[in-house]
Amino acid sequence: MTQSLIGASVPRKDALEKVTGTARYVGDLSMPNMLHARILRSPFPHARIRSIDVSKARRLPGVKAVVTGRDFPNFIGLYLVDRNIFAVDKVRYIGDPVAGVAAVSPQVAEEALKLIEVEYEELPAVFDPFSAMAPDAPLIHENLHQYKLVPVYFPIPHTNVANHMKIRKGDVEEGFRLSDEIIEGTYHVPQMQHCQIEPHTAIAQVDATGKVTVWSSCQSPNAVRKLLAVAFDIPVGKVRVITPYVGGGFGGKAGVTLEGVLTAIAMKAGGRPVKLVYSREEVFRDTMVRQGLVAKIKTGFKKDGRLVAQQAELYWDAGAYCEYGVNIVRAAGYSSAGPYYIPYMKTDSYCIYTNNPAGGPFRGFGMGELHWALDQQMDRIAHHLSMDPVEVRLINAARDGTTTATGEVLKDIGLTKCINEAARQIGWGTPKNPLTGRGIACMVKAPAMPGNASSAAFIKINEDGSANLLITATEIGQGADTALAQIAAHELGLPVDKVTVSLPDTDYTPYEWQTVASRITYSAGNAVIAAARDARNQLITMAGEGLGIPADQLTITDGVVHAVNDPAKAIRVADLALGLNLPNGSARYGPVMGRGHFIPEGIEGLDPETGQGKKAVSHWTFGVQAAEVEVDPETGRVDVKKIAAVYDIGKVINPLLAAGQTEGGIVQGLSVALYEQLQLQRGRVMNPSFVDYKIATAADTPEMAIGFVETPLADGPYGARGFAEHTMVPTAPAIANAVYDAIGVRITDLPITPEKVLAALRSKGKGGE
Amino acid sequence: MPEKIRFTVNGDVVEMAVEHHQRLLDVLREDLALTGAKEGCGGGECGACTVLMDNEPVNACLVLAVEADGREIITIEGLARENCLDPLQEAFIEHAALQCGFCTPGMILSAKALLLRNPNPTEAEVKEALSGNLCRCTGYKSIVDAVLAAAEKQS
Repeated sequence: MTQSLIGASVPRKDALEKVTGTARYVGDLSMPNMLHARILRSPFPHARIRSIDVSKARRLPGVKAVVTGRDFPNFIGLYLVDRNIFAVDKVRYIGDPVAGVAAVSPQVAEEALKLIEVEYEELPAVFDPFSAMAPDAPLIHENLHQYKLVPVYFPIPHTNVANHMKIRKGDVEEGFRLSDEIIEGTYHVPQMQHCQIEPHTAIAQVDATGKVTVWSSCQSPNAVRKLLAVAFDIPVGKVRVITPYVGGGFGGKAGVTLEGVLTAIAMKAGGRPVKLVYSREEVFRDTMVRQGLVAKIKTGFKKDGRLVAQQAELYWDAGAYCEYGVNIVRAAGYSSAGPYYIPYMKTDSYCIYTNNPAGGPFRGFGMGELHWALDQQMDRIAHHLSMDPVEVRLINAARDGTTTATGEVLKDIGLTKCINEAARQIGWGTPKNPLTGRGIACMVKAPAMPGNASSAAFIKINEDGSANLLITATEIGQGADTALAQIAAHELGLPVDKVTVSLPDTDYTPYEWQTVASRITYSAGNAVIAAARDARNQLITMAGEGLGIPADQLTITDGVVHAVNDPAKAIRVADLALGLNLPNGSARYGPVMGRGHFIPEGIEGLDPETGQGKKAVSHWTFGVQAAEVEVDPETGRVDVKKIAAVYDIGKVINPLLAAGQTEGGIVQGLSVALYEQLQLQRGRVMNPSFVDYKIATAADTPEMAIGFVETPLADGPYGARGFAEHTMVPTAPAIANAVYDAIGVRITDLPITPEKVLAALRSKGKGGE
Repeated sequence: MPEKIRFTVNGDVVEMAVEHHQRLLDVLREDLALTGAKEGCGGGECGACTVLMDNEPVNACLVLAVEADGREIITIEGLARENCLDPLQEAFIEHAALQCGFCTPGMILSAKALLLRNPNPTEAEVKEALSGNLCRCTGYKSIVDAVLAAAEKQS
């Protein structure tokens, strides 16, 4: 075995293609006879569709297909199937798809949209979770009680609550009685956009046999395949999803986005391929946004800083559709202790329909929003008690033997090491300049996935001694191809450049649940280990027979199977790839083909009334960030000077990529902390462009100090845990806590704009907090 | 009415008829199959379509094809000469200065324009030169490091 590959900074497998412009994304693909699609969208936040007349659009020369909800009144969705492909009776947000056109050019398709006549009857609309929960609120989904769903979500029929997740850990009132002090806080998080630089793009084609092929810039080809098959009532095997390189995901390309409307159009396009490229405005509004949150937290604690009780009410503004969002709300519920141990807990996490753009997964899957509240609350407790914020966190940090919100007993937790190291890296306790502040925030996240979310891998050995690794994990920038190639090469005893990683094609590559939840290195990594060991065993069996040496005395190094004690007794992997050739001219066995799979075992459901259970998730990953900021009291500007980030990721597979992932997360977190907010006015996105929705640029990058702790995870590959999303979760609360340290004002609603800082300073001057 | 234009793309002379409304980006991607320049926003906001026009970085989504008449265009496909990577490309690989890769061609060409006019930039100058190229994956640090390393290697 080539031991050095695990933990080695192997260069990215995709780098050469990406620096030369030869890497292909869906938008770069073109096919003979290809049509172009455009989508007509609702101008109203909530309205009944009285009529749709597409006859003029159909008559426009060059138009090949026009579809509406009447053609496909089907539903689509991942967890709570609440979404029509095209609006059927109602539209529920400004942007809801109403009709789709395929034409010979994008211009003709655009022209045709203008010829579609839709008559609407406006309905009362709601734009915030509290109005939506009011007893007399207009219902956005009257048939909520009839929707199909995975039975771990609990809609409240005949209301706008799509999921109510409850945690009841002990008697929280008893916990408050046992507390010396209680503080309460309310925290706001606005809707945000992922802002992948690649807009969502897909091409769909339906052939003469009815087979649907979709080339999609998606994170999860198998999920797209399944959801399209269910929505259009066709066998899963008659849907093929191909995913070349994806230009960024961050959750916004998980599940299905544009594939539903496009497939409906392609079904009417006479077998021609149809391409749909979302405009930047559509990406901002019509894919999925990060859900808004209002978090009300009441915490009871002892004078020595120990947490005793927490009551959390989480009101998620989930927008017009919650097919995916219900699970974010669930994850926030079972994670609602954050990275701390709290003996008594009561959590109510509500997924609430509004007439805002539909929410969905966003890097962190609710954890960025939740920790914005929890870790500022923790900071307030420290200041309230005049204790060191680091010390209070060390006192309450989850550790081996403590329980989570769901009662799961934790083990192999390295959070306190992360806290100490992050504090050291930021210079905690050392002298600092005036108007400079330091803040710290901890985090935890688990993959939010069903108990049967599995991975599979194939490995083919080629007659030149190279290997093809076939997987359906998507390369969305996170470096999955590189990390998985490292794992395969390490197990097979091959140089890593001999391993070629396939891009997903569901007709040929084996099953992968989704490229989400920071689960690929963990889950697909385990599948790749299994496949590589399977192939390795085949090679060693043949070599043993060929060399007359017992298999347990053989190993593979640099593509050669050889005796452990005598490297001269050897057969090249290349010579075994197609089978074992015997001296008499005959042969045995056959081509080497490794297969492996993985399913995380032991994830159980939770009690619906208490949210208690043995094991809600496969594993938890903890981390800490500390920030140093400088605040200008004249302008209110917050300048982030440095971020220290330390994560316990079990095992660092590739230090170069792990650091890169962390840097990216920090800057995305900084961007969310200081700049990002989808400006919504009565459901209308007012800033759907990079001019009006600012994200961090190169000029914003702070100094970064990155460290890793390695507490092995029992079922992780070489001990590794997932951590890619986690890297942006604590940045915003760490910055907010640092702002408080600098100038004594606390900003509780994101983003931390200069206007808010100045207003808070003025209010403080008048005696407020 | 189509208009005939003549320009150089990656060293090759191209003569073609273009519509007045056609963008340089569409001509490169669709007519010349040079898909390295990406369209991220269509409004000159993200920089993913950056190409060099007479060695100056331009957003190809904001340049009309007719404006390219008589000019010299370099796209990411033309940066490596005879299979020899540009030092910037080598540095981007070495520093893992890319993740999803969608912004990478534009990022490298903005950096190329900077190094052509200023072979020894400071870190602040690199950050400023790249501030019109958005990247959502890397956090920019590895990119800035790569550009500085390429500059050092060249000098």
